[in-house]
Amino acid sequence: MSELESGQELPELKVTPDKYLTYRYAGASGDFNPIHIDEEFAQSVGLPGRILHGLWMMAQVARAVSAAGDGPESLKRLSVQFRGMGFPEQEIAVSVSVKDVGDGVATLQAEAVQDGRKIIRKGEAEVRVG
Amino acid sequence: MGLKTDAVGKTYPPETYAVGREKVREYASAVGEGLDLHHDPEAARAAGYSDVVAPPMFAVVFAGKAMGPALFDPDVGIDFSRMVHGGQEFVWGPPVVAGDEIVTEIEVKDVSERGGLEFYVFESRSTNQDGETVCTGTWTNIVR
Repeated sequence: MSELESGQELPELKVTPDKYLTYRYAGASGDFNPIHIDEEFAQSVGLPGRILHGLWMMAQVARAVSAAGDGPESLKRLSVQFRGMGFPEQEIAVSVSVKDVGDGVATLQAEAVQDGRKIIRKGEAEVRVG
Repeated sequence: MGLKTDAVGKTYPPETYAVGREKVREYASAVGEGLDLHHDPEAARAAGYSDVVAPPMFAVVFAGKAMGPALFDPDVGIDFSRMVHGGQEFVWGPPVVAGDEIVTEIEVKDVSERGGLEFYVFESRSTNQDGETVCTGTWTNIVR
């Protein structure tokens, strides 16, 4: 994808975390905060249920913006703000648009939405292109 | 509230993390990174890497481990019952591959209050065995 232009939309990334994703991600990442893996605990602190790890959601944004570049070395910077909670078994859509392109680096904007709620906003990435 | 702003500038003992091939594959699978480079050592070698390549967000594994002592430091004094992860930034350098040894240092960058919210900002700097900075992270936690 070397012909990026300012204002262009990248293909939307859609992903549905399955029921057991938070357990696998807890093991993979080392983040065993019970709000992600214990339904009763999550409810005891006022949540509707287990919530997704924010950094897993950010990893989905990383995948979506990396599509602008070529390979795992193309992503140079990514920043996000976490807003709202993500839940298992509901589809997440990550949208990405090109803010500008120059000197072989594309600056991208991204956000993630689940069930009409923004769960990641103000995503901004720099990806090496071409 | 008595924010512990004295903690700003505090650093913690460096944490060393040895990057293992199966850990990279486990992480890549959990986040849906399907490229052969993350899973197949032969494919990684064919592409010029010494072993499987960690996805960029694998930084949370080695840097997150180092973050623990800072997050739980009584000198910082975060009230976990009201804490949310507000924001995150990573800046990446050279790629991380299985077999690397990554040393991460954490610094408290900011403790402040705005609009009734407490902000706790940490910086992680992760360096590989060749002295290259592979990832710098800015971790913003908000206490409501």
